[in-house]
Amino acid sequence: MNKKTKTPFFHIVKRGEIPRWESIMIHAIALILALILCAILTTLLTGQNPIDVYATMFEGNFGTERKTWILLHLLAVLLGISLALTPAFKMRFWNIGGEGQVLIGCMASGAVMHNWPQLPNALLLLLMLIAALAAGALWGFLPAICKAKWGTNETLFTLMMNYVAIQITAYYTIRWEVPKGSGKIGIINQASHKGWLPSIAGQQYLPTILVVALLTVLLYFYLKYSKQGYEIAVVGESERTARYVGIKVEHVIVRTMSLTGALCGLMGFLLVSGSAHTITTTLSDGRGFTGVMVAWMGKFNPIIMIFTSFLISFMGNGAQEVASRFHLNHSFSDILTGIIIFFLIGCEFFVSYKLSHNKKGKEE
Amino acid sequence: MRKKWLAILACIAMVATLFAGCGGSDSSGGDSEGSDMKVGFIFLHDENSTYDLNFINAAKAAGKELGIPEENIILKTNVPEGQECYETAADLADSGCGIIFADSFGHEDYMIQAAQEFPDVQFCHATGTKAHTEKLDNYHNAFASIYEGRFLAGVAAGMKLNEMIEKGEIKKEEAKIGYIGAYTYAEVVSGYTSFFLGARHECPSATMEVTFTGSWYDETAEKEAANKLMDNKCVLISQHADSMGAPTACESRGVPDVSYNGSTKDAAPNTYIISSRIDWTPYFVYAIKAAQAGEAIDVDWTGTLQTKSVLLTELNEDVAAKGTQDEIDKITKELEDGSLHVFDTSAFTVEGKNLDSYKADVDTDADYTPDTEVISDGYFHESEYRAAPYFDLRIDGIKLLDEAY
Repeated sequence: MNKKTKTPFFHIVKRGEIPRWESIMIHAIALILALILCAILTTLLTGQNPIDVYATMFEGNFGTERKTWILLHLLAVLLGISLALTPAFKMRFWNIGGEGQVLIGCMASGAVMHNWPQLPNALLLLLMLIAALAAGALWGFLPAICKAKWGTNETLFTLMMNYVAIQITAYYTIRWEVPKGSGKIGIINQASHKGWLPSIAGQQYLPTILVVALLTVLLYFYLKYSKQGYEIAVVGESERTARYVGIKVEHVIVRTMSLTGALCGLMGFLLVSGSAHTITTTLSDGRGFTGVMVAWMGKFNPIIMIFTSFLISFMGNGAQEVASRFHLNHSFSDILTGIIIFFLIGCEFFVSYKLSHNKKGKEE
Repeated sequence: MRKKWLAILACIAMVATLFAGCGGSDSSGGDSEGSDMKVGFIFLHDENSTYDLNFINAAKAAGKELGIPEENIILKTNVPEGQECYETAADLADSGCGIIFADSFGHEDYMIQAAQEFPDVQFCHATGTKAHTEKLDNYHNAFASIYEGRFLAGVAAGMKLNEMIEKGEIKKEEAKIGYIGAYTYAEVVSGYTSFFLGARHECPSATMEVTFTGSWYDETAEKEAANKLMDNKCVLISQHADSMGAPTACESRGVPDVSYNGSTKDAAPNTYIISSRIDWTPYFVYAIKAAQAGEAIDVDWTGTLQTKSVLLTELNEDVAAKGTQDEIDKITKELEDGSLHVFDTSAFTVEGKNLDSYKADVDTDADYTPDTEVISDGYFHESEYRAAPYFDLRIDGIKLLDEAY
């Protein structure tokens, strides 16, 4: 009797650490494959030349000086929010409340800007900053202290805090609306520019970009070289180990989440005083969630996160140009972005695992 | 070591990005004139919203009418009411547009911001309120006397109520209309009041209940609001919000509906009566022509029945009462020749009294200060002191179920 055993074509093997160049190669291959798939889809679905679509995307980002500044600003805001979220995630604290932490920062600084336009500009900006930091920190502190004291679920808690922030903002939007009944506040202090961050070298977005650049460097060193950064890493790897080596885990959780919240608040301040100059419930525009993806894709490394947030901003910004040039719906560009992100996240599998051929005839 | 070169690479990429940006810039807006002038349009949503579709169709129609080549008409959809609107407007100016339109109320401040920066480019904002106080040569508002269209749609509703009373389906005092509004904004108040006055012009015993959804587009909320009103024994529904929520809710319960922004007959063949809408084509044609010729554009342009800006869409003969079209034609004439005014002060009361004077908040400010006398010659002068509606009186016969928004 011949016993027939089926051997699968390949099997999966866990990899150890792989050299960085190999990891970069895997990501590059994934990106190229994603672009090829996008190209095929573009041709099949719209009949457009995919090279033209990519070129248009490029033009939508670098076509004029203004477009490039817009890209850099989008990049800075997304990167800043992702950076703010990084400490908590590195600690494996599942904070999906970035959206609310940014929004409450917007709300707090917008409230100061709306209510005290008579103050000198420097003082007003300072108060707005403090209000935003405090409000953001509070939005991070509350779920953290409840987790540390009573072991509440941080995912649900932070998620619900988003809705609290949205409802507070919605309430004040109606309270401060102009004209009556319109549900819109409009630009605050449009004539006096009170509470607006000053332009640097005529560039309105430059202050935001510089602050985020500084934040990137600071956070890189904080996470990598400071004692607190080390504590975050240890708590993230294993709470028990952290306890064993004498780290006060509860203390670290509360401190880190307050920091994350405050940094989100800072981004809210930059959004309101640096560009939007108004309050709406959609100011953070989903970036509190996209930021989570950026942070994970960048493996919590602020330098790599520049690239991941660049990619997402580039695609988003190019989408408008593609939609307008080819009379395509915006959703089409979203599909392309989705494919690219899917490939980039999917390729992480090949960074951690390897597929091995099962050679024929080889018996276990 | 590797981290170091990665960081260096990052810096190079950033710098290259900057240079690429500077290299490609030769932006200066507004120097193109004549028929090869580019025209830019900014829309809040895309063609999936009835409101924006109405604008997009008008933009295309105006381009066709003026013989502007398609590549010179730039449409930007899904532009939020925020900084993005300013960025888009400035970008359109960069790419050589001589005139730029925006379609949503919340775009206004950002259009003004762009208008201040590009004095040679004309900025036209539909539904806005600030052009007459901003005093910029290149910033303009436009609207239409849609209250006249609403009144005529109300006439169709009133005749339907009369028919129901005659057939014995409802008693005279049960002729209650339900109305779904977005916000308690003057545009909505003006709309439901003129609609109600049109209905009462035909059916004197008509009353109305109004509820607000707090959103211009919220299908679920609009549907629920319609159901709530029908549960309250409203026998006819109308709405001022942009989704299909109310029409489909009416269709599933067989309650007649007067629609807005365009016909909803396809989705509600058994309940749709008529709809009023603004056709923006005449304004677009007028403003583009003026910009091409270098002539001044009105600060506040109000389209009317005469300019064909205010239209009624197809009357559904299967649902509407007999003779509705004739009555609408008759009243249209009366409105056009001025023998009938929608907001005739003898036709409505506020807290039991007829008004002979009212100061409206025409100049937009944070305190809603009443600033302009708008009642004279026996009627409320809507859309005369500025194009956007400012009728915000709560008249007797209309019950507001909530005013949260």
